[in-house]
Amino acid sequence: MATNTRPAAVAPQPAGPQGGKARRKAPTAVGARPQTGLRARLRRDRSLLLMCLPGVLLLVVFAYVPMLGNVIAFQDYSPFTGFRESPFVGWLNFQRVFADPAFWHAVQNTLTITAFQLVFFFPVPIALALLLNSVLSSRVRVLVQSVVYLPHFFSWVLVVAIFQQILGGAGLLNRLLRTAGFEPVDIVTNPDAFLFLVTAQAVWKDAGWGMIVFLAALAAIDPALYEAAAMDGANRWRRMWHITLPALKSVIVLLLILRLGDALTVGFEQLILQRDAVGQGVAEVLDTFVYYRGVRNGDWSYAAAAGLVKGLVSLGLVLAANKIAHLFGEQGVYQKA
Amino acid sequence: MSDADQKLVDGPVGVHGTGPGPADPARPPGGAGLRQRTSPRPVWDEEPGVAGKGAKAVALVAICLAVLLPLYTIVLTSLSTQATITRAGGLVLVPGELTLEAYRQVLSGGVVTRAVLISVFVTTVGTTISMLVSVLAAYGLSRPGSLGHRAVLFTFLVTMFFGAGMIPTYLLVSSLGLINSWWSLILPTAVSAFNVLLLRGFFMGLDQGILEAARIDGASDWRILGQIVLPMSKAVLAVIALFYGVGYWNAYFNATLYIQDFDRMPLQVVLQSFVLQGVDVPGQVDVGSGQLAPVAVQMAVVVIAIVPVLVVYPFIQRHFASGVLIGAVKG
Repeated sequence: MATNTRPAAVAPQPAGPQGGKARRKAPTAVGARPQTGLRARLRRDRSLLLMCLPGVLLLVVFAYVPMLGNVIAFQDYSPFTGFRESPFVGWLNFQRVFADPAFWHAVQNTLTITAFQLVFFFPVPIALALLLNSVLSSRVRVLVQSVVYLPHFFSWVLVVAIFQQILGGAGLLNRLLRTAGFEPVDIVTNPDAFLFLVTAQAVWKDAGWGMIVFLAALAAIDPALYEAAAMDGANRWRRMWHITLPALKSVIVLLLILRLGDALTVGFEQLILQRDAVGQGVAEVLDTFVYYRGVRNGDWSYAAAAGLVKGLVSLGLVLAANKIAHLFGEQGVYQKA
Repeated sequence: MSDADQKLVDGPVGVHGTGPGPADPARPPGGAGLRQRTSPRPVWDEEPGVAGKGAKAVALVAICLAVLLPLYTIVLTSLSTQATITRAGGLVLVPGELTLEAYRQVLSGGVVTRAVLISVFVTTVGTTISMLVSVLAAYGLSRPGSLGHRAVLFTFLVTMFFGAGMIPTYLLVSSLGLINSWWSLILPTAVSAFNVLLLRGFFMGLDQGILEAARIDGASDWRILGQIVLPMSKAVLAVIALFYGVGYWNAYFNATLYIQDFDRMPLQVVLQSFVLQGVDVPGQVDVGSGQLAPVAVQMAVVVIAIVPVLVVYPFIQRHFASGVLIGAVKG
């Protein structure tokens, strides 16, 4: 996001104090803002600071304090003794995590789902956007957009329930198969079909919504480019290859980076809802692993260590991916302000 | 994104810059003469073949059906009588006898009714708090160079890249005594740094001249925010409120984590146990009379969970255009 790196154009800073004319103490010279004293700036900006206060407080309590709470990853924490009394054990929990085959199994499942969705989910919104972009009637476009955005706003419980009703053992599909004289298929509880199932659910829920970014990028293409190319004899496919796809390149790179940074996160609610139906063999991912080890089994320090590893690796992945994007001359997620 | 900020209000993503195109090239042939005259197709673009047009139309119809058909059959089943459901053998595709019995049973008090009320409470209170906090923070952060601007901005940014993790967050919520309290469903997720930055970007894209004039006239920042900035930002506020509201309404896992009594669970958890796990709706289904299949009741619960989204969606959907959504999808 570039919001924090916006050029100075939007910041024509007022030269004088803003506390209202009546409260102005001494006239300040135009353009003297950088020299304004701390107290004057505080008086000028105190409402702004006050406005940020509730948000900052909530973040401090519910985001930053838990970050500090990760110290339990270095302790043998027990809820009865608490943070202060629990003994420190150094890197022991991390050694346990890295020596645990169950942890690596969860990592493997997570990366498998990520890789599978990168191939079978990621291109779908692009294809959808290209399809919709080629529809000339704006009424049809708006209609299709309203329909395909909709499932994005459904909860995972709903999506999983809908899939169960349609594809489950007693679901609509199998009923139709049986009436037509075919063998019923097991999709919802079959570990071998799980990758397809979770990806199909993700596509159904979010592919339409994911299309928006690409539609916006397509709308920003200057039609004169297409006209010039057509004049030069480029057909439909050549125009797509030489104009449309290059225009989408930076958006695609950006979304790939974000996906890469999130490589260790795969729809947590989606998976935990179905973990019991298909078993941990395929459905145990890092987040569910942390949840079951910590909250369910009470191995708090171990789970916190595993969670901390995940958080730090994810952070590293985002930073690295962003660096790579800069090397390729793309904008990336953020830039130095 | 900055250039798009001003344009994000209203209007679909205009692709070829067309006006309202009355002709519909995706529809199978018929009335070709009329379409020729009003077609928005640029002159240099060659007309695709019949096969191409047909394939495109089929694809679009199939995509829409993939979304709408499951919804159709679920709504229909929830409205069907036991006899119709038995005859269909499950979900109903062809309308038979209709009844509102399932809804009457589900909403006549009891678990589902209570869960709906809890979800409504959490969603309205949560969205109100989230919007208040986010609007204030977004405005407070909208003037680069103000005192502490960079530090505060950094405080928000960091939370987008590094999360504390589930275990410490759970231990915190628990040590604050929020377990089993509905506040545990609101406070930990009340501020989304992403939404705050989205709003901030919009506020910064507003015409600064107007704000400057108000400031010179002696208006305080509170007044500028309330009387100038907010009225100019209705569309983006509606979209952000939808994001927050849908988040609260749909949240499932936090409730299983923080709420222990089934009596205090929000709708998504009840939906999960009744529909996914097939637990009977206690005190709801009169098994003895056999009047109503649990399937209809289950589907009624599904529909109740969808309806608020369906009701709000059309009003806000028209605001979905490039600006907000470019940012939104990144989240």
